[in-house]
Formats: sequence, structure tokens, C-alpha cells
Amino acid sequence: MHNPKHDHDHHDHDHDPHAPQKDHDAGTASAYEVLEEAVRALLLEKGVLSAQEIAASVDLIDSRSPALGAKVVAKAWTDPAFKKLLLKDTRAALKQMGIDIGAAPEFATVENTPEVHNVIVCTLCSCYPKMLLGIPPAWYKSIAYRSRTVVDPRGVLQEFGVGISDDVEVRVHDSTADLRYIVLPMRPKGTKGWSEDKLASIVTRDCMIGTAVAQAGVVRN
Amino acid sequence: MVRARTKPASKSPAAPRFAPGDKVRVADRPALGHCRTPWYLRGKRGEVASIHGVFRDPERLAYHQPGLPAQVLYKVRFRQRDIWGRYDGPQSDQLEADIFEYWLEPLK
Repeated sequence: MHNPKHDHDHHDHDHDPHAPQKDHDAGTASAYEVLEEAVRALLLEKGVLSAQEIAASVDLIDSRSPALGAKVVAKAWTDPAFKKLLLKDTRAALKQMGIDIGAAPEFATVENTPEVHNVIVCTLCSCYPKMLLGIPPAWYKSIAYRSRTVVDPRGVLQEFGVGISDDVEVRVHDSTADLRYIVLPMRPKGTKGWSEDKLASIVTRDCMIGTAVAQAGVVRN
Repeated sequence: MVRARTKPASKSPAAPRFAPGDKVRVADRPALGHCRTPWYLRGKRGEVASIHGVFRDPERLAYHQPGLPAQVLYKVRFRQRDIWGRYDGPQSDQLEADIFEYWLEPLK
């Protein structure tokens, strides 16, 4: 979209500086994009789904963000009974917080402790706890992350700035089937007496994937 | 706790063949089409960590079949050193994956 406040100091281009911005995906549609469009059109035409239902579904996915997962983590940090339920039956715990994962795949929570550091990956595709964290980051879906995390988790974590000492077990979770995993990070030092809201502010997306550890001074964007 | 993403039609799913702690081996066989058992785990030994429940079979669901009979899904824990010929990290490092029963063989 044209931004009138944008300072055009790159007038050395010989094209029209006000040419309409193309869609980011303006290239030729892939076979799968064509297929998706065709199937969607059929579903609408046959009345299996309505356009409103599709829009509502997109809206639901878009409404999910790491802030939601962070709230869950902060509650688990402050409420031992909730934490116990979260680790045992994540669906039930989320329901208690008013978060309905509906027909989405089953959820499981894995807890980081001084002895175990967990990290989540999906080597087969890009399964991700969307109902709690929203849309996955591009790197999570990359072949590099998906393949290297299972072979060399410590090397990958090091690249994220997370050094795990040798006396701590690194446990990789490859979400190969019907479960989606979320990491319950360790509550960092220096957060004694913090409110749930303040605690939630330091739970970043990567903490819940396992590619970061929560730190008192690092706030979620 | 037995749960399915979509309820299996069978009201009495098969009793799980394995229990937590059982030593298992992932079948070393090829699969045609959609399959949720990753190649890098085939033929590898591990241990049943827990039973997730009963879920419709993805190898059938992927081809517009109902995915029945529903299958028992396990969380299987592997030692990294048992998966890779060469793993540089500590002996205690592990990997967990969710594997359907018909991909698991008993190990003594």
C-alpha cells in the first residue's frame, strides 16, 4: 500500500515510483494453490462449507498468538494445581482457562527442569501448537531446522544462543502424529513476587518451542 | 486416558499391546504413500514412554478412508546414540516421537 509519509529518497529508479505494489505472492500459482482453490470452490458450491465459516476459521487462527501460550505458562508458574493438570491433561487445563482447542489435535505439555531441556520439532511437515502459539515462524518450517534439530539438537540450540550444559539431558520431541507439543519453560530467577501478567511478558514464543529459555530481562515482542 | 481426534467408530478399541517401559523396535520396512513413522527411526530400538490413546489411522485417513480400525498411539523414547551412528552429545540425550502400534515390534 502506498504510504504518503514514506520518504522517497530512492528516485534513481527508472520505473514509476507510484506503480501499484504487487501481491507478495504474485508469481504463478503452484499446483497445490490451484488445487486448494478448486477444492474450496467445490466445497462452497456444494454447500459443505460457507464463506463465513472459512473466514471465521481464518479469524480464529489469526487470533491465536504466543501471548496466549505465555498466559498459560505464567499461570502454571504461579498455580501448582494448574501446572499439575497442564502436564497431565493439557486439554482440560486449557479448558479451565477458557481456551477451547476444539477439534484441533491433542495437546501435550513437556516441562523443562534443571535436569531436562525439551525442544519441539516436526520432521515430517511442520506440526505446531497453533491453537496456543499462532502461526509458526518461517524457520520452524525450514528443512534445516526440521532435519538438524533431531540430529544435532545441541548445535541448533547453540545457534539460537542457548547453551545446554552436558549434565542436562536434551530431549527432542518429534511431533510425528496426533499430538502438538508445547514446552513449559523454567521460571527464571529474579521473578519472585511477579504478577501473572508480568511473568507472561517474559515468556517468548521460542521459550515455548524450546529454542530459548525464559529470562527476567527478555520481554516478548 | 483414551482419546481420538475424531471419535473412532469402534467403541472398544483394541487393548494396547505394549505398556510403558516395554522395549520396542520400530519396524524397518518401507511404506508407500502417507506415513507418520519417520525414516530415521525405522529399525531403531526405543522404549515405550507412555500411551497417548487411540487415534484414527493416518495412513488410511490420507486416502479418504475413515481410518478405522483406530490405532493405539505411543510416545516412544529413543536414546540419541541408538538412533545415529555418531552422536556427539552426552549419552543421556533422548528423542521422543509418536508411533502407531503397527509400526512397533517387541524387543526383549
